[in-house]
Amino acid sequence: MHRFANPARFLKIARPLTPWLFWSGLALILVGAGCGLFVTPADYLQGDTVRILYIHVPAAWLGMGGWTGIAVAGLMQLVWRHPLAAVAGRAIAAPGALFTAICLATGSIWGRPTWGTWWEWDGRMTSMLVLLFLYLGYIALANASARDGQGGSSSVTAIFGLVGAVNIPIINRSVVWWNSLHQGPSITLRGSSIEPALLWPLGLTLLGFSLWFGAIVLMRMRTILAQNKVEARMQRLARG
Amino acid sequence: MNQWAFVIAAYAVTALGTGLVSLMSWRAMRRAEAAAEAL
Repeated sequence: MHRFANPARFLKIARPLTPWLFWSGLALILVGAGCGLFVTPADYLQGDTVRILYIHVPAAWLGMGGWTGIAVAGLMQLVWRHPLAAVAGRAIAAPGALFTAICLATGSIWGRPTWGTWWEWDGRMTSMLVLLFLYLGYIALANASARDGQGGSSSVTAIFGLVGAVNIPIINRSVVWWNSLHQGPSITLRGSSIEPALLWPLGLTLLGFSLWFGAIVLMRMRTILAQNKVEARMQRLARG
Repeated sequence: MNQWAFVIAAYAVTALGTGLVSLMSWRAMRRAEAAAEAL
């Protein structure tokens, strides 16, 4: 990982990788969503609303995966002083928040015809809403430290990212620990309880959204590195 | 309400959100890299 500590070396890889991740991700999303909408059968109980699965599940996984990435970046920043760790953490925050919001919105839309309600203050939905607030707090902290001339890489931001990670296992286990309208874990390391005829497009959308997420993170990392370069030059000029 | 209305609403929210973030990230990257190259 330290081989990529040099921003120039990182950019040499990130520049060609960004469009590749973006377009292959978009293609997989379109194929997976198309198959989920028009090829797979309707569920015997939920009917056509089950098709929301192909966007809701990737959004939930990437919302949680994004914060896990922020926590790992925070650890690398605090322990190994990796120069790109803070940049990566800041870059992950916006797409992570987006997917958490999409998860909440699509879950609410799915809940209305399935449960008869848009929202319920149960463990799964509330802990996911807390994750969205954590993302917004992290973005505000990183922006504040960027304005203070620290380039968004303050230790407070990294510690916030690490402490917030306590919410990830709570989200994951919430449907086991508390009574919930939300179904229990249907995809685990031991297998899936979802009918294979319905499940297969999920792999396509999950991989597609993950590649798209990677492309957005690279775009935002490149933006922050370019802004830092301009800022450093301005400071040198100001000092004379 | 027709079940497809809920499905279309969910996919529309996702397309709008991902499309907006893609566009904003790409534009910010282009602007920042152009400013850095102009130095």
